Amino acid sequence: MASPNPSGGFWHRLANPARFQRLSAWLMPWLVLITLGCFGAGLYYGLYASPIDYQQKDTVRIMYVHVPAAWLAMMSYSTLAISGFVALVWRHPLADVAGAATAPIGAVFTFLALFTGAIWGQPTWGTWWVWDARLTSVLILFFMFLGYIAIRNAFDDQARAGRAASLLAIVGVVILPIIKFSVDWWNTLHQPASVSKLSGSSMDPAMLRPLLIMAVAYMALFGVLLLLRMRLELTRRRVEALQMARAGAATP
Amino acid sequence: MNAFMATLSRDLLIARREGGESLLAVIFFVLGAMLFPLGVGPEGKLLALMAAGVIWVMALLATLLALDRLFQADWRDGTLELMALAPDSLTLVVAAKCLAHWLVTGLPMVIAAPVMALLLNLPPEGWPPLLAALLIGSPALSFIGAICAALIVGARRGGVLMTLLALPLYIPTLIFGAGAVQAAIGGFDASAHLAALGAITLAAIALCPWAAAAALRQAME
Amino acid sequence: MPNLDVQNLACRRGGRILFAGLDFSLSDGDAALALGRNGAGKSSLLRVLAGLIPPFTGSIKWNGEDVRRESYEFRSAMRYVGHADGLQTNLTVIQNLHYWAALYRASTSRDALEKALAAVGLDELADLPARMLSAGQRRRLALARPIATQPGGLWLLDEPTVALDRPSIAKIEAAITAFRAGGGIVIASTNAPLTLPGAKEIDVAAAMPSPEDAFADAFEDALL
Repeated sequence: MASPNPSGGFWHRLANPARFQRLSAWLMPWLVLITLGCFGAGLYYGLYASPIDYQQKDTVRIMYVHVPAAWLAMMSYSTLAISGFVALVWRHPLADVAGAATAPIGAVFTFLALFTGAIWGQPTWGTWWVWDARLTSVLILFFMFLGYIAIRNAFDDQARAGRAASLLAIVGVVILPIIKFSVDWWNTLHQPASVSKLSGSSMDPAMLRPLLIMAVAYMALFGVLLLLRMRLELTRRRVEALQMARAGAATP
Repeated sequence: MNAFMATLSRDLLIARREGGESLLAVIFFVLGAMLFPLGVGPEGKLLALMAAGVIWVMALLATLLALDRLFQADWRDGTLELMALAPDSLTLVVAAKCLAHWLVTGLPMVIAAPVMALLLNLPPEGWPPLLAALLIGSPALSFIGAICAALIVGARRGGVLMTLLALPLYIPTLIFGAGAVQAAIGGFDASAHLAALGAITLAAIALCPWAAAAALRQAME
Repeated sequence: MPNLDVQNLACRRGGRILFAGLDFSLSDGDAALALGRNGAGKSSLLRVLAGLIPPFTGSIKWNGEDVRRESYEFRSAMRYVGHADGLQTNLTVIQNLHYWAALYRASTSRDALEKALAAVGLDELADLPARMLSAGQRRRLALARPIATQPGGLWLLDEPTVALDRPSIAKIEAAITAFRAGGGIVIASTNAPLTLPGAKEIDVAAAMPSPEDAFADAFEDALL
């Protein structure tokens, strides 16, 4: 019977689910180690051993949790777009799985960024929410993740759902810079004079180091969660295929 | 007569035959203008502050309401397949459908805008930039929305889902469109906003039909 | 001299491989009947040939050129009538035909369109709104489309005579014969009566893989 010609390329070999499961199983402990290590170091430096901000005092420490979360939200959406592109153009089967796995992770990181942003905002401006440019952009990004998840669930045909979601992610990533630009513009027009920017004025190098360590920690965490969810999704699809085979064989 | 012109005249003919249905979006548009004073109170100064934003938000929502019909009927009766299999590119057909959609939905909104401005107490300096912004920006709404309509064609509960997908994509148009009016009211120059709006519309007209055609082809696989 | 060359064609839908290893070749004047019980993949075969669904594997060549590469030439010559009639119910019969003719770059003159309508027996209903047509009449209008828009080339007809009575079926068969006489190739799938003299048979059901193979994923294939 006909089968697609499995070219010898690395990516095609990786598409073999058994191989992917083996590779990801090998990679996992290292990623977990890096995650725990960097979180440990980052939180120590961030919450304890780094200087305080002149104006915000200790509350600036939320930055070490908030800012990397926002970075990871952006990175998650980029992953979504890249996997969508690969899924549509090269039809690599793992790309679709990666997209489905990434979306909820990205939504959670985005929510975390919003949540910690609100916590940071309370002592700084006395209000839980403020329409500052970055928070607004992150809020919009949150809804774009929700839209991706929603469109994946909107079709019974899983192949169709995957294609539509991939296309949506690509369109989204193209429009995202334009959204960011327009929100920044909007914010400078309407910004009241007294608002201090969330990102902190100048970055003391002693503040930069824990921030970068936390960024690596978040990225490693993203890797762990992504691999976990992809393994789960692959197993789920395998079970579904076996069930369908059973149903198909039973019908005369 | 090529695919573009044929599809354009067909869609316009269908809209004319359907009569009232095409105007539903415009009625909804003006209806919203009624709801806001009822909701926030009739105080003139408050309405004047909100007018530009409210009109633009209603324009977004009204366009979304009408976008549902863009591809659904053709999908259901099988015409979409015929369009995809025509020698001329599906992109041309989609572009014609978007243009027809704007002529039937967007242009009437521009014409109805003075009524909205009156009901919402928009200051007189805001009227010309409002009309200009809506004229320049409403095609973007039709064209960008077409991508979302194409993505969810045939899906269950497609209407609400399409709203969720399209609203983030509409935000730049909203910001520059409402911003143009507010700039003019504040005594500033609105031309930068209008130029940005024009750039968005031109980019939308150039790129969105192609993206929507790709989405439609994926839907038919 | 048109010809269609299909090699090793496979189609996968809904995670299941419908058929695989399909080979056949048709040249001008030929006809083919796709056979198989319902759900065997006859409709999918026609849709793959038309280009609506990408093939899982295999190649389709029209006049020696891969149809995915030279798709403009292919789409200019190929006409597809699927399950759906493709009618806009608010337009009249002739307005529907006019749009299809314009879309497919065929003659849109009233004469040419009326001739096509006469071939399927709808010329008297030309100015009626399409929503007033019965199921059989709608089917005939859908079949008027390839007649109006393509003098020669390839017709892909999916269940063309469903809901048609004997005289109408005869009219359709006559139109198909005239098309083939001009060098056209016809591939039809049908469970209803349709006589295509000299038609080859494409047994789609025979090309169906065994249940275990049918659900082979692209994943699993990479294991081989």
